[in-house]
Amino acid sequence: MTTPASSEVPVHTGSTTTRLLGIAVLVGLVALILLGFFGAPKDDEQADAVRLIFVHVPSAFLTYAAFSVTAVGSVMWLWKRSVWWDLVAHGSAEIGVVFCSLTLFTGSVWGRPTWNTYWDWGDVRLVTTLILLLLMVGYLAVRSMGGDDSAVATRSAIVALIAAVNLPIVNRSVEWWFDRTLHQKSSLTDGNLEDLTLFTLLLGVVVWSLFYVWVMIHRFRVGWLERELRFGDLDLALAQRRAEAHTINDGGDR
Amino acid sequence: MTHLGYLLVGWGVSLGALGLYAVRVMQRGRRAAARVPADRRRWLAAEETS
Repeated sequence: MTTPASSEVPVHTGSTTTRLLGIAVLVGLVALILLGFFGAPKDDEQADAVRLIFVHVPSAFLTYAAFSVTAVGSVMWLWKRSVWWDLVAHGSAEIGVVFCSLTLFTGSVWGRPTWNTYWDWGDVRLVTTLILLLLMVGYLAVRSMGGDDSAVATRSAIVALIAAVNLPIVNRSVEWWFDRTLHQKSSLTDGNLEDLTLFTLLLGVVVWSLFYVWVMIHRFRVGWLERELRFGDLDLALAQRRAEAHTINDGGDR
Repeated sequence: MTHLGYLLVGWGVSLGALGLYAVRVMQRGRRAAARVPADRRRWLAAEETS
């Protein structure tokens, strides 16, 4: 393959794959909104408030998925010193923080009409999810502290693995501490959802997953480009120091 | 607030946050891609020309 001229190189992070994924996300989103608001039936007890399930549960699912990818990427960094996996871990953590924040927010908004409260400090799932969010915000803080890329990757990978211990605790909390949570058991597996509600919920998970893959590709490329910039700046600084050293040596020789 | 109000807040904030995050990521990408020399954007170039 020949190196393309500068004018042929795209000045963005898009590609054919991301464009197709983006279209699929938009089409899926329109279908999700139509089914979520007008197709799926009201709940006997929660009435229209149950429609928040179509954004809350997919957000929670993608929180687990994104942070699991971060954990895998962190292990691969520690094991193989793979920059590719480090970029994946970082990108997925950032997206996971967005999904985790949305999980807590939509859960809180849903809780008010359903449980008559926005928040309950005695609910184990709420508190463990909040701890997970704070740990991953800490991960992003460690990443933004700067310094040697390799050292930052190692420090943040350790934080990610500590946070990952919390993932099964959050997921299983409603079963391990069933008497200390307002949550019911898994909506997907308890068999109480009507067919169209279940279909819409699964569509929500698919649309959120496609969005995750789409934005993850973009985020990975951003991470790659920013890394190239850091190393480019480093190369430039080294060249300048060398030029200065030559000038000083030449002056000393005279 | 009515149930419709909770619904609109929950859905609106979710879609708004995801949209804003996506736009921010793409803007970061454009800024970074414009500053990286063409020969170092190798996977972007390969994606478009292969």
